Order: sequence, then structure tokens, then C-alpha cells
Amino acid sequence: MNFLDYAPAPESTSLLHLKKSYGLFIDGEFVKGHGKPFLTISPATEERIAEVANANAKDVDTAVAAARRAYERTWSKLSGADRGKYLFRIARLVQERARELAVAESLDNGKPIKESRDVDVPLVAAWFFYYAGWADKLDYAGLGSSPRALGVAAQVIPWNFPLLMLAWKIAPALAAGNTVVIKPAETTPLSALIFAEILQQADLPAGVVNILTGAGDTGEALVNHPDVNKVAFTGSTAVGRAIAKSVAGSGKKVTLELGGKAANIIFDDAPIDQAIEGTVNGIFFNQGHVCCAGSRLLVQENVHDDVVERLKARLSTLRMGDPLDKNTDIGAINSREQLDRIRELSDIGEAEGADRWSAPCVIPDKGFWFAPTIFDNVSTSHRIAREEVFGPVLSILTFRTPAEAIAKANNTPYGLSAGIWSDKGSKILAVADQLRAGVVWANTFNRFDPASPFGGYKESGYGREGGRHGLAAYLESSGWSSAPSRVETGKAQK
Amino acid sequence: MTRLAVPKTYKLYIGGKFPRSESGRTYEVLTKKGEFLANAALASRKDARDAVVAARAAVAGWSGATGYNRGQVLYRIAELLEGRRDQFADELVLTEAVSRAAALRQVDTAIDVWVWYAGWADKYVQVAGNGNPVSGPYFNISTPEATGVVAIIAPQGADSLVGLASVLAPAIVTGNTVVVVASQAFPLSAISLSEVLATSDVPGGVVNVLTGSPAEMAPWLAGHGDVNALDLAGAETLDWVELQVIAADTLKRVLPPQSGTPGPSLERITFFTETKTVWHTKSLI
Repeated sequence: MNFLDYAPAPESTSLLHLKKSYGLFIDGEFVKGHGKPFLTISPATEERIAEVANANAKDVDTAVAAARRAYERTWSKLSGADRGKYLFRIARLVQERARELAVAESLDNGKPIKESRDVDVPLVAAWFFYYAGWADKLDYAGLGSSPRALGVAAQVIPWNFPLLMLAWKIAPALAAGNTVVIKPAETTPLSALIFAEILQQADLPAGVVNILTGAGDTGEALVNHPDVNKVAFTGSTAVGRAIAKSVAGSGKKVTLELGGKAANIIFDDAPIDQAIEGTVNGIFFNQGHVCCAGSRLLVQENVHDDVVERLKARLSTLRMGDPLDKNTDIGAINSREQLDRIRELSDIGEAEGADRWSAPCVIPDKGFWFAPTIFDNVSTSHRIAREEVFGPVLSILTFRTPAEAIAKANNTPYGLSAGIWSDKGSKILAVADQLRAGVVWANTFNRFDPASPFGGYKESGYGREGGRHGLAAYLESSGWSSAPSRVETGKAQK
Repeated sequence: MTRLAVPKTYKLYIGGKFPRSESGRTYEVLTKKGEFLANAALASRKDARDAVVAARAAVAGWSGATGYNRGQVLYRIAELLEGRRDQFADELVLTEAVSRAAALRQVDTAIDVWVWYAGWADKYVQVAGNGNPVSGPYFNISTPEATGVVAIIAPQGADSLVGLASVLAPAIVTGNTVVVVASQAFPLSAISLSEVLATSDVPGGVVNVLTGSPAEMAPWLAGHGDVNALDLAGAETLDWVELQVIAADTLKRVLPPQSGTPGPSLERITFFTETKTVWHTKSLI
């Protein structure tokens, strides 16, 4: 046994009180769905966790109608202070049931418990706490006095941070005075269903939040529902495009949080140890299932060999395995479908001539796993440098000058995030100015905070989540959408 | 003997130059009574694409200029317009068939619109951005910056000079560059405005003016991969939903049509910006 070997330390699942099957959460109650129910499984063991209802178009109708009723009769009549109090209650209940939520999340998603316990769930509570305080201060959100809620928000979220994405969507929507119909991802519905129980404990008025489980067709029916005023989607650029098309001309306000292919730039004057840690966190956090993951490492040529050597040494110490084990660094890939996609793109990377290296780790017999992998000598035209892998795969490219680093970093249709590593502040600020990305992390990576706006440029989508900007995505200024004031120009003939 | 006047040839404005349409096409601009005024260039798809190339090339310089600098350049537009009040009023009297007093009022309003937006150049970042109190040892700031290239269908009705100012100024004040399709029926003041832009320190390519048919050019601009945003202000009578569908292919930011002339608004400025949030670690001392 060497110092890297640990005895297993699995988190107990005894505090989970899962039901055998879950219904849809509509109008404050769990009800049966009208689609064919499906199973949610643990990606680490492929074992069944629970049966989950499948919402069809009729269920979507019922849920939107419940949200509309709740908006008109209850939620829009409540004072901002009271809306805020409900959100504070939810934040506290999330904290109280934090361990349970973390275990459920790791079980259903496959992410290491240390991440769900220390990152996802604490941020969920923080998100509700932050927006709770906004609910009675909308006049100060920068949209003029008395900004208006939009109405019913249709929200569709991904499987990579199931509960956190739910919080990103629901907290600002409710604080702004909207009601919600939200659809969690097909492979990760569990934490949202436990969250529904939390809403019952918080005594949130019926219909203010409705949770519909289902697949892509459920989401499609939801965002295209004519009685929906706002669409918020986090997921792939392909689906984002389809949504942008389908809601064109509908007047629905849209926020799209889509894919990314972030450049993480290491200059030769970077604090190398921190840069290595940050790079590992940037791409291997959450098995690389992160839209803002630093999937393209741009290394200044003269430190390339040193960086790659240190990266390999560090990756060799990562422990892959049981997501519920507190020692685990790398959990399971969320689904077989995603694993196939990662394998396919990695094989293409190899076929196109990049040098592949994978960390030596034991792959468990059951479940979906992919060892942390880096590709060296990648060129900008390689598919692994252009397409989002959404897995633990890092492409390494080199550059010589800051101008070349900036050009390569921006050479993508995406623009969600970027990283810069250097000890020279003036260089960091100058490079950050030039990067076409919505979030730039300097000497850190993958930091999230409810006070900090997050969202993309270009084909990474539009709108921001987090902070004052995230609140504005669920409001309209009282002067904006009404008939615009006409410039006085005297008598002008038509 | 009366002097024979020298009429102006109205051309396009692309990359700081005044080319004819590459297609060689023109269309007649008429007075309200149907009398011939001028032949305006009937811009083609190729002209639209050339304009996008010129606009893209101008983004780095214009968006990299300081807000103070951009503000002065916009103010300079107002100064030069003031000096040419009579010329623009004459043109509006002919094209829009308004009284001279009304035409002068329109020119004055257009000047005031430029002045209003000029003042925002070094302020919108403060109003639309903020520092963020994150839970950890990080400096964290969110600031808006220009989206890139904005394609605009200018308001198509009368008030053409004010209409143009009301869509151009908010787009370029933040550092965007623009391809604008002028009012089809009243294009002359747009070309005359280009002459003002060309002599008022606005770098070539920042504003590119196309005259001709919005219905013909809009789909190409909506689908162009190097256009970041689309302002459909004057697209009310076009199939603008279809334009929005085309624009979704490249996830453009799209501002839907508006009837009449858009009023001055900060939202019009911030709509064509992107919020960038920069995090930096703080030492633990």
C-alpha cells in the first residue's frame, strides 16, 4: 500500500428515503403522468434507482395552466417581501437536507460526493438565499421603477448539475415574481423530485413551481406552449438553436446557456503549480461535464514540456471510482450515450494525429467510465479542438505570443468562458479585454457564485444567470416593451 | 442667365468609401408627387456581404477605442450635422414632402439624438455593469462590451433622418460596427449622412450604408455567419419572423420590429452588448 491508496469511505445512503416511483409535481401535488414512465439509474452501477413519470403534452398543458393560475391569483398578488421569505425558507430547507440532496445527486448523476457535497448543494442554498433578498428590491435592479414580472417561465435544464441548474433557474424567476414550469433532464430527475418535497415543506403556494419529468419531447412541448412568457434553457447549442427558431416571433423572452469550448491560457510567467491544479479542476471537475470547462489548454511554447509532464503526474494521482466514496476525484460518466460520444470524439482525435495519453486507472466492471485523457500536439482544425466533448478530455495547443494566444482562444463559434494564468496583472487584464467570452477566470477556474453573472458570447447563447443581470432576465422594464416614446419632430407626413 | 445645377450621384457607403452597387443596379427615388429626384444604388447580396467584411474589419479598432474617444466622435457627427442643417432640410422637404420648418425640426431632433447617445459612450459601462460581492477571495467585475457586427433594417417611414440616427447611434456608441439598410423610400438623407460620417472621424467600416430593398438584403444579413446581432427596427412589413428563424442558425441577438421611430433608450444600447465577468484571485495575506 502506498500513500495514494485509501481504504473505501463511502457516504451512507441510509438518509435517503426514496420512493419506488415518482409522479409529476403539478399544482403542489405529485400526480400521475400520462406518458410512459421511465427508470432513472445510477451511472456508476447501472442499477435502478426509481421509476419516474413521463409528462406528455397534456401534462404540460395542466402544469402551465397551474402556473398561470398561481401567477394570477397568488404569486403576483404577494408582496416582494413575502416572495422573498418563501425563498429564504427554501434556502434553509436545502441547507437542512443538504447531505440527503448531495447523496441523491451523486447517486443519480455519478459525480463525486465531494463535489455534490462541497460545491453543488452549498451553491444551491446560496442561490436561493441571494435571490430571496432581491424579491422586495426590484426597483433597484437597474430597470427603472416597478419592473414587471414576465408571467409563466418554461425552464429546461441539463444533467450535469441537476439541482444547481434548477436553483439557477427557479430562484431568480420566483424572486422577480414569475411562476415556473421546469423540466429536469431525463437521466437526472431525482434531486428535483426531492426538491419538490422541500417546496411542500416550505408551504410554497400550489402551482408556483411545477416540475415535469420527461425527455426531449416534454421539453419541446413546454417551451413551445403558447401560454408561456419566458423560456430559459441550459444545454447543447443544437437544441438551443432549435428553441431560438421555434420561439421566433412569439414574443417570449429567452435565455440560452449553451455549449462552450473554453481556452485556458497558461503563460510562461504563470504560477505553475496553481496553474496545474486549476487546469485539472478546469477540465476534470465533474468528469468534464461542464459547459464552461477549460477543454482547450493553450500553453506558451517554452513551458509546454514542463506543463505536460506535471499534468500527467497530477492526473496519475486522481482516484476514479464510486461517486459516493469521499476519496473519489473522478466519478462516472452520466450516461451510456454520453460515454459513446466521448469515445467517438477521442478516437477521432487520435485518428487526426493528436497524441493521446490517459491516466492509468482501474475501470470498474459496471457503469460508465472514462479515464482522464489529454491530447497533445492538437491543432486548431482538429475536431477535438473545435467540438464540445463534454467529458474528461483535454486538448493541448501551444502559442508563442499573447496575440497568438488571443487569436487561438477566440477561434471558435463558442464564447462562454476562458482562463488566464500569469503572475503579471497588466498582461492578464489586457488579455481578458480581448477574449470574447462571458466569464474570464484569471489564476482560477470554474468558480461560480450567485452574485456573479454567467453566460456566453456568440453561439454559447444569450442572457446572463447570476447577479443583478440574472434577475433582469426575468423582468421587463416598465418603459421598454410598451409603445416606445416617439421622438418629437413636429408635423411629419406619412 | 440662370445657372444649371450640379446634381449629386447617390451611392453606397462601404468601408469608408462610396462605391456604386457591384450589380450596377439603381432605382428611382421620387418625390411624393412622383417626380424624379435621383437614382439610388440598388444594393445586392454581394454589396451586403462586402459591407459585413468592412464592418468586421473595423470592430477591433472601434471597440478598442476609449469611451471618451467614441463619445467625441459621435458628438462630432452632431456638430457636422448642425453645420449642414440646410442641406438636410432641403433634402427632407423634397423627399418627405414636409414643410421647411418641419424638416428643420427633424434635423434638429436628429442632432439631439446623436448628442444624447454621444454622452453614453463613457457611462453605459458604469450603469449596466457592476462589481460582484462573491463569497471568496476574488476580485470580480461585470462589464458590458460591444457585441460585434450589428445588421440593421432602419425605420422605413418618414422621419428618415431621425429614424436612422435612432438606430445607428445606440449600436455604434458601445463599439459595435454596423451594416444598415436605409429607408427604401427615403434613402437620400442616409447617403448624405454617410458624407457626414466620412468627414467626422468615424473610422471607415464602422457604419456601412446600403440603399435598396430591405426584403432582398435582410435574409442574407440575417443568415450571415459574421454578423452577431440583428436590429429589425424597420422590418415591420417584412416577414420578420422568418428573418428571426434564419438568424437563430447562428444564435444572433435579434431586436424585433418597432412601429415608428424608436425613442432614445439605454435598453437599445445594452441590447447590443455582452456582459463579461472577470474573476481574479486575491492573495491570502
